[in-house]
Amino acid sequence: MKHSTLARTVKLGISSLLLHKLRSLLTTLGVLFGTSSVIAMLAIGEGASEEAQEQIRQLGSRNVILRSVKPREDFATGGGQSVRVLSYGLTEEDLGRIAETFPGVARVVPVREIYEEVRFSDRMLNPRVMATLPVYRDVTGRVVSEGRFLTDQDEVGVANVCVLSYEASRYLFPVASPIGEEIKIGADYYTVVGTTLDRVRQQSDLAGAGKSSAEVFIPLETGRKWYGNMQVKLRAGSREMEEVELHEIVVEVEDPANVEFVANACREMLKRNHKQSDYEIVVPLELLMRAEETKRIFNIVLGSIASISLLVGGIGIMNVMLATVTERTREIGIRRALGAKRHHIVSQFLVECVVLSVGGGLLGVALGLATPLVVEHYAEMRTIITPTAPILAFLISSGVGVLFGIYPAWRAATMDPVEALRHE
Amino acid sequence: MSEAARVPVAELIGVTREYRMGQNLVRALDDFSFTFGRGEYWAVMGSSGSGKSTLLNVLGCVDRPTSGDYKVDGVSTARLDDDELSELRSRKLGFVFQSYNLIPQLNVLENIMVPLFYQDDPPDDGEERARKLAERVGLARRLDHRPAELSGGQQQRVAIARALVNQPALVLADEATGNLDSATALEILDLFDELHAEGRTIVLVTHELDVGERAQHVLRLKDGRIESVARGQRSAAGARA
Ligand SMILES: Nc1ncnc2c1ncn2[C@@H]1O[C@H](COP(=O)(O)OP(=O)(O)OP(=O)(O)O)[C@@H](O)[C@H]1O
Ligand SMILES: [Mg+2]
Repeated sequence: MKHSTLARTVKLGISSLLLHKLRSLLTTLGVLFGTSSVIAMLAIGEGASEEAQEQIRQLGSRNVILRSVKPREDFATGGGQSVRVLSYGLTEEDLGRIAETFPGVARVVPVREIYEEVRFSDRMLNPRVMATLPVYRDVTGRVVSEGRFLTDQDEVGVANVCVLSYEASRYLFPVASPIGEEIKIGADYYTVVGTTLDRVRQQSDLAGAGKSSAEVFIPLETGRKWYGNMQVKLRAGSREMEEVELHEIVVEVEDPANVEFVANACREMLKRNHKQSDYEIVVPLELLMRAEETKRIFNIVLGSIASISLLVGGIGIMNVMLATVTERTREIGIRRALGAKRHHIVSQFLVECVVLSVGGGLLGVALGLATPLVVEHYAEMRTIITPTAPILAFLISSGVGVLFGIYPAWRAATMDPVEALRHE
Repeated sequence: MSEAARVPVAELIGVTREYRMGQNLVRALDDFSFTFGRGEYWAVMGSSGSGKSTLLNVLGCVDRPTSGDYKVDGVSTARLDDDELSELRSRKLGFVFQSYNLIPQLNVLENIMVPLFYQDDPPDDGEERARKLAERVGLARRLDHRPAELSGGQQQRVAIARALVNQPALVLADEATGNLDSATALEILDLFDELHAEGRTIVLVTHELDVGERAQHVLRLKDGRIESVARGQRSAAGARA
């Protein structure tokens, strides 16, 4: 008998609410939008932070990345009248120091960049051309999709071979496979021996400003042989000579716990050996921690907005229920006269509040689940719906119904039956 | 005569009901003692403000006396708490109001069953009882109608069926015919006669003389006190064989 009592109370609540369809619908809107915006914002926030973390992770959370940065003009050394030579950046010496004297370092990979265009037949591309060692693939987690990456033989033999990233190969070879083809880098021909998968599009501050993610890898020795340390760079109409030994050094740390220690050691070492600040240090792990902190703050802000909107929704429900209780004073009197106990009246009105808020919550969950799909489709943003978000939002919205229903229901239950019966 | 039959259905012992209106103290019932016997059909009459409704509310356990005691079916109500009083209403009392007071969002069958719904241990045959009563008051074919779809007379029949569904010891009616035209009022009064004939105890408040004359006994009130008691003005056919 007990469960049918509840069923009857719920049925009665629903039929009472259906008596005023528009009012009931409007009352649920507060909870509806509160719930749906929480879910949608969580999904979008989660997606954005996941994307950021993915990018950082691809840099390697065990890595410390040192990069050469062109110093401010007044620190530039050398220079003639029309042709200035800028000499800056990381050196082979830095590389040697890290590789030989730093504890806790697993592998160290140097990278030289070649400022050349890449051509195949009539197609021309300006990718990031990197002369590096075979371990680069391992240390940075590049994945070979076709053929192979650079090998030690390439290095020893100073071979004219190259590996294309997906974006580079897709542009130069839109239809056919690039493997075995000869492409032109600057004035020389290189045989394509493999392709790698692209990484997630990188934020400019993580991968060098304004560069496309197209990449071409050639053996380090080959780069040295053809280009030495001196390169010509065309900039703003004037020719500029640049002397950079190494553009990037990727330091892989054995134990993730030591990343910060190694990063600081690098910082100290570079500070001591470089007169100008012609380098930067990127520590993906630190970025990752910063991203997590950002996410935490985001969640706090989101939580506050969510609580406010649910509070507003709850107040809306309470407001309408108070009006309903007054409007139905007579009915309350009749029910009390016919034997309804206070708890019957309380549960009757509480059930109505819960039906309103749960209804709003369910509609809100549906809307909240649909919104990220729309956003993903039109704004091309990644969204992630964690299963806890809709469940939590739903539970909270139901709780709001109970919380804000208690007072109106109590008001209804403590009315004097005689007074209530006399009410017109 | 069994032991239970000798216990009066409703017994008021020195009941006073006061209302405080600012400085004034209004005594709606003033040291009121009276006993309504089992199977009796009483009309309560008196001028406006004489305390008829107050008496009925006390009899119906919706109002509490300021002092004195009231016993329903031998149970003293003075020390009962709100829940116990409510349970008493849902088990022992049946109410018929002047303005029918059906619940608009429920259909006829559901309206008749409302008192059972609030009993601590509702009977299993509640729906069957409600159907029989609906048939009894001539509304068997309107069970799923809402009150708004019924005439006043029909609504009052539903209200009477509702007042009977819990097989009450006492049926209370406050101006039950007050909103009806005379023909319909007569039908309702016929229904009360039948109930009386079946042995129900009925207390009917009215200020219409012809309505009062149809009852078995008449109790007249004035200023919250008994003005007169007229017993057996009309033969209680079959009430006490
Ligand atoms: N809630 C109340 N507050 C103050 N005084 C009240 C209240 N209810 C009733 N009274 C007073 O108690 C007295 C009796 O009222 P009651 O309603 O019982 O009269 P009645 O006989 O039913 O009158 P009527 O025939 O007009 O319905 C009246 O003087 C009335 O003013
Ligand atoms: Mg009255």
